[in-house]
Amino acid sequence: MTTVTDLVPYEDALASFDPVMGLEVHVELGTRTKMFCGCATELGADPNSQVCPTCLGLPGALPVVNATGVESAVRIGLALHCEIAEWCRFARKNYFYPDMPKNFQTSQYDEPIAYNGYLDVQLEDGEVFRVEIERAHMEEDTGKSTHVGGATGRIHGASHSLLDYNRAGIPLIEIVTKPIVGAGERAPEVAKAYVAELRELIKALGVSEARMEMGQMRCDVNLSLRPSGEERFGTRSETKNVNSLRSVERAARYEIQRHAAVLSSGGAIVQETRHFHEDDGSTTSGRVKEEAEDYRYFPEPDLVPVAPPKEWVEELRGTLPELPRLRRNRLREEWGITQHEMQSVLNAGAVDLIVATTEAGADAPSARKWWMGELARRANEDGVDLAALPITPADVARVAALVAEGSLNDKLARQTIEGVLAGEGTPDEVVEKRGLKVVSDDGALGAAVDEAIAGNPAVADKIRGGKVAAAGALVGAVMKATRGQADAARVKELILERLGVEG
Amino acid sequence: MPGISREEVAHLARLARLELKDEELDHFAGQLDDIIGAVATVSDVADEDVPPTSHPLPLTNVMRPDEVRPSLTSAQALDQAPAQEQQRFKVPQILGEE
Repeated sequence: MTTVTDLVPYEDALASFDPVMGLEVHVELGTRTKMFCGCATELGADPNSQVCPTCLGLPGALPVVNATGVESAVRIGLALHCEIAEWCRFARKNYFYPDMPKNFQTSQYDEPIAYNGYLDVQLEDGEVFRVEIERAHMEEDTGKSTHVGGATGRIHGASHSLLDYNRAGIPLIEIVTKPIVGAGERAPEVAKAYVAELRELIKALGVSEARMEMGQMRCDVNLSLRPSGEERFGTRSETKNVNSLRSVERAARYEIQRHAAVLSSGGAIVQETRHFHEDDGSTTSGRVKEEAEDYRYFPEPDLVPVAPPKEWVEELRGTLPELPRLRRNRLREEWGITQHEMQSVLNAGAVDLIVATTEAGADAPSARKWWMGELARRANEDGVDLAALPITPADVARVAALVAEGSLNDKLARQTIEGVLAGEGTPDEVVEKRGLKVVSDDGALGAAVDEAIAGNPAVADKIRGGKVAAAGALVGAVMKATRGQADAARVKELILERLGVEG
Repeated sequence: MPGISREEVAHLARLARLELKDEELDHFAGQLDDIIGAVATVSDVADEDVPPTSHPLPLTNVMRPDEVRPSLTSAQALDQAPAQEQQRFKVPQILGEE
């Protein structure tokens, strides 16, 4: 069913059309138990080992709401500057698909717990764009399907499917934006920045790890085009399950180019869901969108309404962390780095590590230097997150301190870090075991200095003649002879002293 | 009278995955019409000042703490399943040949 999809160049699409986006993000909460029953939510458990009569939809089982789930929803709503409903209900979203054994998903319909908010996002050049939030509501995740008998595990052509309901019932918060207008050619960038900022916010709130690669945060991208200058929105497509920041940007970009091609050739956009393909960044047609009323939503009779008391909401407001964007700007100023450098720190996942390292006593430039240099290189080589490296911010702070006091030079510091990463112990233990102390003792250095002078008479003569810069060659020779452990500054002093030259 | 059309019955039947014959559509349309008509008499006594009731009891905020409770074992969970494979519920083909 491969069909060649026409695309127009991005710039051409933007010359004639104005993109309008709507982003729906699902966040899986990090609660210990499911939203409506006490089953555990551990990842990687044996299939169907974290299920009970409630999440299996067995007759007579009754759901009870997870208080932490509601609390997390309210805190997310508050962090998004939303109003919090004084009274709201759950609703049944009815559909036939075996990923929910109840044949409905417990969700919220016209009474979301949080509504009317916004999130300011900062683009890479520092421009701030306000994304308005329509609503954030509580619902539950579905089970995991495995399709058997078809090509490459796809549902098309499968002979049957297998269901694991461990995930069914895990709390989800769905966050829906209002139509994002006015972003123009920066729409894909805004989409990516919004999801990135939302992820940082969710992490700062501590309600979820929001790891997109683990499906803990998933994004649907709604996109439509309207002719430039036109008020009315065009027909939209909904690209489902776009699960990385880069993919969010690519999906939006692709859909802009595809819509423009269809519309420019006089065609009409079909309102449908589309699948995103990571390999080439394209989207393909999914199913034609069912109308909302087809889900036959009705108030969930088995769950009583949620009415967050005002005092409780205010108490929760007091627990909100500093907004990630403001925190980043504050840190950026404290660290004295550019917007671009801060973006690299953010992309590397190093913000909190650097903060922790400075809190452990290092100055910000050294903390940033080690995490963004040597350690980022190692993490990249090993294909792991920076935070997953077997070295703590306290270790890095100790290495920085040893460099600052002159016990280690950069080369030895790198070897120390290497030792810590190899599991040889703390920085001090590695220095001890590997014998990495800088040698600045004149007695120990003297012999090496004499040897270097004797071995390079021509250079020594130049220095005697006043060419102090030539001393570098002799320092190099000493460093080589001491395998990098000499205190380079002291070596230079000794050389000049011995040759009778003022430094 | 609310009046439910044949088309509406067909639509609901499709959503409920029920296969109905033509004569059944007419039959059920008439019956559903009677049922809805009977229920609609509630509107005669409930004026606009009476909000629709979804919950008969005046309860709110019934919640449980986020504490793990024992689940079923997977063997218990799968015990009543008509079919299973790889410790999972086995369900028939979801999408037909297209």
